[in-house]
Amino acid sequence: MKKILVPVKMVLDSNARPRVRTDETGIDVAGMRMSINPFCEIAVEEALRLKEAGAAEEVVVVSIGPAKAQDTLRQALAMGADRAMLIQTDETVEPLAVAKLLCAVAREEVPDLVILGKQAIDDDCNQTGQMLAALLGWPQATFASAVRFAENRLLVTREIDAGLQTLSLPLPAVVTTDLRLNEPRHCALPNIMKARKKSLTVCVPADYGIDIGRRLKIVAVRPPAGRKPGIRVATASELVSDLRAAGLV
Amino acid sequence: MGKGIQVLGHREDREVVTCDVVIVGAGPAGLAAAIRLRQRVPGLQVIVVEKGAETGAHILSGVVMDPVGLDALLPDWRDDGDRPLRQEVSEDRFAFLTRSRAFSVPEILFPARMSNRGCFVGSLGEVTRYLAARAEELGVEIYTGFPAVEILYDDTGRVEGIATGDMGIGRDGKPGASFTPGMELRSRYTLFAEGARGSLSKQVIARHGLDRDAGFQKYGIGIKEVWEVAPGKCHPGLIRHTVGWPLDRHTGGGSFVYHGADSLVTVGFVVHLDYANPTLSPFDEFQRFKTHPSMRDLLAGGRRVAYGARALTEGGWQAVPRVTFPGGALIGCAAGFMNVARIKGSHNAILSGMQAADAIVAAPDLIEPRSYESGWRTSPIGRDLYPVRNVKPLWSRFGLAGLVLGGLDMWAHALAGMSVMGTLRHRKADHASLRPLAEVTPIAYPNPDGVLTFDRLSSVYLSGVNHEENQPCHLRLADPLLPVRENLPRFGEPARLYCPAGVYEVAVASDGTPSFVINAQNCVHCKTCDIKDPAQNITWTPPEGGGGPNYANM
Repeated sequence: MKKILVPVKMVLDSNARPRVRTDETGIDVAGMRMSINPFCEIAVEEALRLKEAGAAEEVVVVSIGPAKAQDTLRQALAMGADRAMLIQTDETVEPLAVAKLLCAVAREEVPDLVILGKQAIDDDCNQTGQMLAALLGWPQATFASAVRFAENRLLVTREIDAGLQTLSLPLPAVVTTDLRLNEPRHCALPNIMKARKKSLTVCVPADYGIDIGRRLKIVAVRPPAGRKPGIRVATASELVSDLRAAGLV
Repeated sequence: MGKGIQVLGHREDREVVTCDVVIVGAGPAGLAAAIRLRQRVPGLQVIVVEKGAETGAHILSGVVMDPVGLDALLPDWRDDGDRPLRQEVSEDRFAFLTRSRAFSVPEILFPARMSNRGCFVGSLGEVTRYLAARAEELGVEIYTGFPAVEILYDDTGRVEGIATGDMGIGRDGKPGASFTPGMELRSRYTLFAEGARGSLSKQVIARHGLDRDAGFQKYGIGIKEVWEVAPGKCHPGLIRHTVGWPLDRHTGGGSFVYHGADSLVTVGFVVHLDYANPTLSPFDEFQRFKTHPSMRDLLAGGRRVAYGARALTEGGWQAVPRVTFPGGALIGCAAGFMNVARIKGSHNAILSGMQAADAIVAAPDLIEPRSYESGWRTSPIGRDLYPVRNVKPLWSRFGLAGLVLGGLDMWAHALAGMSVMGTLRHRKADHASLRPLAEVTPIAYPNPDGVLTFDRLSSVYLSGVNHEENQPCHLRLADPLLPVRENLPRFGEPARLYCPAGVYEVAVASDGTPSFVINAQNCVHCKTCDIKDPAQNITWTPPEGGGGPNYANM
């Protein structure tokens, strides 16, 4: 492979405790920590491992999001990606629009493989990879738990209900990553310093002539119902009678 | 740098980078120093390392901020569209609480220097993020998620930078599969801006005997919640401080309530760490404070959205150690520039960062930025701290009556420009103030109701705290058996109670054998254990980078 393209998304960090707005229009993320989506981080790691194993020559990362998403790209560069591009927008971009933008990038960059997270942990859509494969007309292997490159084909293992399924794909192809694929490396400080000097280009969706207008309407965002306090019972028979009284058994 | 790299402290597996100035901690002091250095000498290479996962993640303060520091550092900040402070204090109340009542103390009784007029209600986390953005515009390099864990010295004993922590060390202390060694940042000058009781600051103070003439540093623990209050209850710009209930009259401390924008109200409580009763729990005092009628009214129908805690320095003027040493300086709360009477320190943190930067620029070839040490006492920092220097010692000695005496002493300064008391010493370290369990009346705290008052674990959850689980415990015990052998029988092991994050527990096995349990992953990096443990047996060290709380805007 000559080139691997890795799309990455900046998301609210999994440890952040966001506040749902009282007017139910969304969540307040001001000042909250943003991070690389964990599935995307796994995709970057896998691309780097393919490159380090001699199966690829260049790893390019791309993100779509606000200016701050440059931090996410810098992290991917610090991990070892070769260059980065940001398609900058402050709008919420839905999966179809993301797939269209990535399709345009792929047509321009002509990678042999696009590897990306199976979903982002903020909206949990799990749609972008599949839509991208369809738009490009490329084969796809989703939820990868192992990836191997041999004889110009990609062997991708997927965890399915019945066990493990292994697909063999011709290139170019689209692969989405599952959590068990690998454990991403730490970013060492020297590599972060060096990453400051790597190329990071910025453009906007209009440069690709793609309409990112929203097709979905958010009706309301509400926090999950709080957990009701439990009660302590003294004996098993008391437990059974309480469960009966509550109509649970 | 003009000279070659000394190799003391060098480890073969660590990469070395040299720079002009390395700053430990991206808080207001560290970032102010970085900004000032680049403003004065744009070519200097200035590197800031910060243990929090990102700038502001470990910043917690009230805050009502005196803008004097920001005005000096960035004179244009008020015109900036991104300015972090927007809400001026509009009404300033002070009250003495009894269990059921609040007695207002009129503003006119307070010396002018206590006034909060012209100050801003805001979030120090937000101020810090703003300073970080301005610093990066000026070319400062900020690396977050990298704690400085080791001080590097050259062969003359001069501080020559720091090393960041290794990553990927397992619980057993051995390197794991993802082991990544730390890095050595070797510099001409090193500024420690770690905040109160910094782990490296503590080492550098001890090694150079910087506190030889300063006497004891004093500390408090501040615990803070942010509440989204019911419509109509938030009055942006209104602030209220209280003393009295629920603390007894011998225990120093009090509450703060600051009304901000968007229905968000900061509610917090400070307990001075020279409290004597080992059954006192600062966390539970705070929870109880919220049940006061005046607080119930404010918080009813609201919900808590954030929680955190941090130790602060209270020793003031007479407790500030020598702030410079060969190769660098202490700035901000690491030096102890908090003004306990005004309960403010971030303005002095910024000013001290600037002064240290100016001293470095003024004498780039000296090994010690001496003009900072010789100048701060006659600067605005000194003029801020000197007149209030007796408030804390009087409060510690005489409780609430001492606070009144302290107020009179401030008036003496305001009217006559001097004090009849001279400068009172701090008599003992905070860890030495506990009385044995047998001599005190145990304090019983009510159970949390889950609406107004909470337990530690649900609180810690809101701090967003996270640590890599497979790593050595970062809370080191010099003697692992001491807690059960000595602290438990004598004091009931006060760590269980002073820790605001539920890190310390005493577990009892089925045969009745007690053991000391450390839940290090809960740690919000407040440093109280390092300060208050009566045997000084606990040492707080930085955990793996990026660990700790993830405060949004505290």
